[in-house]
Amino acid sequence: MITKQISIFIENRHGRLAEVTDIIAKNGINIRALSVADTTSFGILRLIVDDPERLEGILRENRITASITSVLTVCIGDKPGALVDLLRKLEDIQIEYMYTYISADGGDACIILRVDRDEEAVHRLTAAGFRGPDKI
Amino acid sequence: MNFFQRDIETMPRKELEALQLARLRHLVDYVDRNVPFYHKRLAEAGVTADKIKTLSDIQYIPYTTKADIRDTYPFGLFAVDRKKIVRIHASSGTTGKPTVVGYTKQDLDTWSECVARLTMAAGASEDDIVQICFGYGLFTGALGLHYGLEKIGATVVPSSSGNTEKQIMLMKDFGTTALVSTPSYAYYISEVARDIGVDPRTLNVRLGLFGSEGCTPEMRQKIEEAWNLFATDNYGMSELMGPGVSGECRERCGMHFAEDHFLPEIINPETGEVLPRGEQGELVVTTLTKEGIPLLRYRTKDITRIHYDTCACGRTHARMDKPTGRSDDMLKIKGVNVFPSQIESVLIAIPQVGANYQIVLGTKNYMDTFEINIEVTDAALLDHYGELEKLQKLVHHKLQTVLGLDAKINLVQPRSLERFQGKARRVVDNRVK
Repeated sequence: MITKQISIFIENRHGRLAEVTDIIAKNGINIRALSVADTTSFGILRLIVDDPERLEGILRENRITASITSVLTVCIGDKPGALVDLLRKLEDIQIEYMYTYISADGGDACIILRVDRDEEAVHRLTAAGFRGPDKI
Repeated sequence: MNFFQRDIETMPRKELEALQLARLRHLVDYVDRNVPFYHKRLAEAGVTADKIKTLSDIQYIPYTTKADIRDTYPFGLFAVDRKKIVRIHASSGTTGKPTVVGYTKQDLDTWSECVARLTMAAGASEDDIVQICFGYGLFTGALGLHYGLEKIGATVVPSSSGNTEKQIMLMKDFGTTALVSTPSYAYYISEVARDIGVDPRTLNVRLGLFGSEGCTPEMRQKIEEAWNLFATDNYGMSELMGPGVSGECRERCGMHFAEDHFLPEIINPETGEVLPRGEQGELVVTTLTKEGIPLLRYRTKDITRIHYDTCACGRTHARMDKPTGRSDDMLKIKGVNVFPSQIESVLIAIPQVGANYQIVLGTKNYMDTFEINIEVTDAALLDHYGELEKLQKLVHHKLQTVLGLDAKINLVQPRSLERFQGKARRVVDNRVK
């Protein structure tokens, strides 16, 4: 249920996102999920990839500032109301989430959450019947 | 404490000043006879060697400026026949023609002697392996340090600038103990070293001989921490000779002039009047012993202060503070006078800001715009947007409170700012003049 996420600083400049994703593609790393948020002058690109440690090394060689953090991945059914069930549950167990995005894979949707207390969240969500994806 | 020429470097001031006076009188006569430009200048001012009775009589001699050297391009100010010139250097002419200087054999000897003094004062010796990471060529920095360091018997590695990863390999393999470079390149090398998995602190480099661009105390501290070395500054300019005009001793309380070769003064850059000892103003230097291209009262444009008391190291030669800036570099932003070094002092004190920043000035609606680009190097900032925004606000606030300047802060990709392996380009002025 816990996976590694890579966050990359992206300057809001023409072609910058393409440059970064090009580096990832050329190294044969597959992007499983992605979120880009931006302000007027910069953005943070958050990625779930198949080999985060290797990507971190590649980014460092290319002098791109990046950090690895742990995030929660939770499967929910691809149907109305599935997301709200999860968010309500987090509220119940008093886990704060900072941001979330979605990766849809086959029949299920997978929610990626950055929460304040990973282990406790896993423990309590599992107890409530939630599960993580087999593979991301 | 090591001296290259102890007798000269610790000469009582009275004797030193008598020597300077004798040399000044000789110089005035020498340029009067050998340089038509000076013959004319001195005649217009009514100055002859006989009229120089004390050192303060120098005030009757007109100043020489960079424009004078340019106007006589290339060899107009040379005082000897071209056959006696054994070396030519030129300073980077950012606008138009470069300023050209020529050296006789004697000049090259004096030059290496001056550099030998400052490198020993900084703590270098024959035990050192010194890597010179200045670009070789017309620029005086590299060859100046090169010959001076050879003179003290150090092992010189003329690796020049560029190819930073190779520089690091040489440092590691040769066991380099001292580094000659600009402060910004020294810092850059340490960043690249870390990128390729080498901790600069584990290398042998224990002494930095930095020059050719200014360095704030905060930047120096960052470099010292990055490398675990002792950083010293030295000062010079090609018009006067190159490096060797002045340099720091281990006390680091100012850069000692080689006062038997260079006579310094401080003037008010606006009015041209000589300021009393101890005041801050523009540095003016007379080359007392140069044969190739001697200069009378050369206006350096560097703003500094001179101290005449004897240093704890025993040297009696006067010391200059690090220049706070060049009278040319002073920026007037939205009506506020500020040196780029003052902005650097503010930025470098903020830990999340890389030592690399750029000041960008522009014009919008007839008004100055003032922006600062800062490289985001701290990955910890990426967890949360709030952190990046907090940093922007913090930088803005510091500049506002310390300098009274209202800046727009842009966060940019690391290593995206224009960087030179020589001097860093810190200010981009796109204002409509």
